[in-house]
Amino acid sequence: MKIKIIIPTERIQSPLIAESMVETGVLLNIMVANIDSTYGELIADVDTTLFHKLKEALEKRGAFVTTLDQPIHWDEEECVECGACISVCPMKVYSFDKEWNLCVDEKKCIRCGMCIKMCPHQALKLGD
Amino acid sequence: MLEKSVQEINNKIKDGSVNVVTAEEMVGIVEDLGAEGAAKEVDVVTTGTFGAMCSSGLILNLGHSEPPIKIQKLWLNDVEAYSGLAAVDAYLGAAQLSETRGIEYGGAHVIEELLRGKEVKVHATSYGTDCYPRKVLETALSLEDLNEAILLNPRNAYQKYAAASNSSKRILHTYMGELLPKFGNVTYSGAGVLSPLSNDPDYTATGLGTRIFMGGAQGYVIGNGTQHSPTNGFGTLMLKGNLKEMSADYLRAASFTGYGATLYMGIGIPIPVLNAKIAKECAITDQDLITEIQDYGAGNRDKPVVGKVSYAELRSGTIDLNGKETPTSSMSSFKNARKIANELKKWIHHGNFFLSSPVERLSKTNVVKPMRQIQKIPLVKDIMSDFFVTIEGKHTVREAAKKIWENSFNHLTVVSEKGELIGIVTAWDISKAVAENSFDSVESIMTKKVFTCTPNEPVDLAARRLDIKGVSAMPVIDSERQVVGIITSDDISKLFARRY
Repeated sequence: MKIKIIIPTERIQSPLIAESMVETGVLLNIMVANIDSTYGELIADVDTTLFHKLKEALEKRGAFVTTLDQPIHWDEEECVECGACISVCPMKVYSFDKEWNLCVDEKKCIRCGMCIKMCPHQALKLGD
Repeated sequence: MLEKSVQEINNKIKDGSVNVVTAEEMVGIVEDLGAEGAAKEVDVVTTGTFGAMCSSGLILNLGHSEPPIKIQKLWLNDVEAYSGLAAVDAYLGAAQLSETRGIEYGGAHVIEELLRGKEVKVHATSYGTDCYPRKVLETALSLEDLNEAILLNPRNAYQKYAAASNSSKRILHTYMGELLPKFGNVTYSGAGVLSPLSNDPDYTATGLGTRIFMGGAQGYVIGNGTQHSPTNGFGTLMLKGNLKEMSADYLRAASFTGYGATLYMGIGIPIPVLNAKIAKECAITDQDLITEIQDYGAGNRDKPVVGKVSYAELRSGTIDLNGKETPTSSMSSFKNARKIANELKKWIHHGNFFLSSPVERLSKTNVVKPMRQIQKIPLVKDIMSDFFVTIEGKHTVREAAKKIWENSFNHLTVVSEKGELIGIVTAWDISKAVAENSFDSVESIMTKKVFTCTPNEPVDLAARRLDIKGVSAMPVIDSERQVVGIITSDDISKLFARRY
């Protein structure tokens, strides 16, 4: 499952991701990481059955963990199937079939939001 | 040699014996039968395109109010329309932005809402005359309330488009969509094999008076578009059509993040196959259509060309750009382009659409000029400071502090032994080093990620970079990374102080 980890400013100096992985033995596959000296935000994939163990270890160290089970919402009425979204998606959620219909594989979505700004017709949205 | 006339083809449309194919289907037919055979077999080839066409807009006549008003300023859903035409005529540009909602809503959105039967809020002001005494008007109008609603698009259906990429280190928001840093993607427009003017490169079928598919209705080509540039294959069209007859399936408002509003137009042009030469031209393929990839990273008018590709490569989903597999995105919808070519084919088949010969051909020699500018554009080298202070990275922090103090100059450029720029040190960096009690070499305390500019760059671009990066100075370097000067926000302020 996909999760989002937020590391607040006061915890940014400590290696809490590595510590949590070592402590629990649960591995994270990090897909998007935006970290600088003031703030950190990561999107990662983790085994669903082991998620709670890792969440506990991360939260104990001051990180915030949320699950990303709501993928991108595709408004087929607004969409003109130009395919602008295809090249900006890091996970290859979007593709064309043989007839140039846009195909959206929502399962791959990591909610990074890149496609939302790209879409000229505002047909893609994230929201709970 | 076979030679047909438009009149003969129209007679065949009337008696139902006409043979119409799309430009995509024509490729295989010419392959099988040859150009002469295809010209005998096929009467009309239909094309189609569906993409962003910013140079579009609506001429409207609102009808006269009681008491009447000679509208001087007009807003439709807070989007300003030009009304310097008589009393109640106006022109609403697709790319004009809402004064309350900004980039997300523009003239194109007002046009789409009208087309969908929605009411738009009208606000108008005037100075009042004896014949038009009213000064302010508030009302709401829908498409059926307007006397005329004529789409009049100054530049549509480019013959071809350059593809876009980005060498810079940040995401660019452009009219070609989001361009990812370091050539992370390539975006392109146009329908390739179905593109109208690519199938009529000699402009034999397309000219003033050519009847076309426009937004789901029958419209007309009314001449070449603005910036028509036939000598390098960038022809354009000016189009006219009645919005009241159009359909929102083929006319859609859009907004590009960080750029603005635009109108997606669906256009299809029928090409009468009068002879073998025309048949051959209509058999153009995606492999034949080559376009350049331009780098939007610099921000200049003349964008550097970083590669050449065919539409076949672009449409495959990835291309080879400088040896790297790079994903591509189309900004136009090929699916809709195909739908338009098929719809037009159906109209002709069913006798609902007749061809017209152009009464005047499009220019084949027109050349597009850049803007004449009477004010010299200031370049970085014109305003940069030639006086700058450098220090080598191995020197001590104390020596750096001494240099800053002696020269009263806040930015020290740090160079390697060969004189290449490797960093920058400011009085702030030195204060920080003192506060942290770290007195190693200059190299250990300098900022290594330095933003730079070049001497021949326009000041406007350098100023924009200072602003975006939030820095107060940039070293000016040559192609060997040798420092030739420094430009600070002070230099730019002085430029403006001189000018006004």
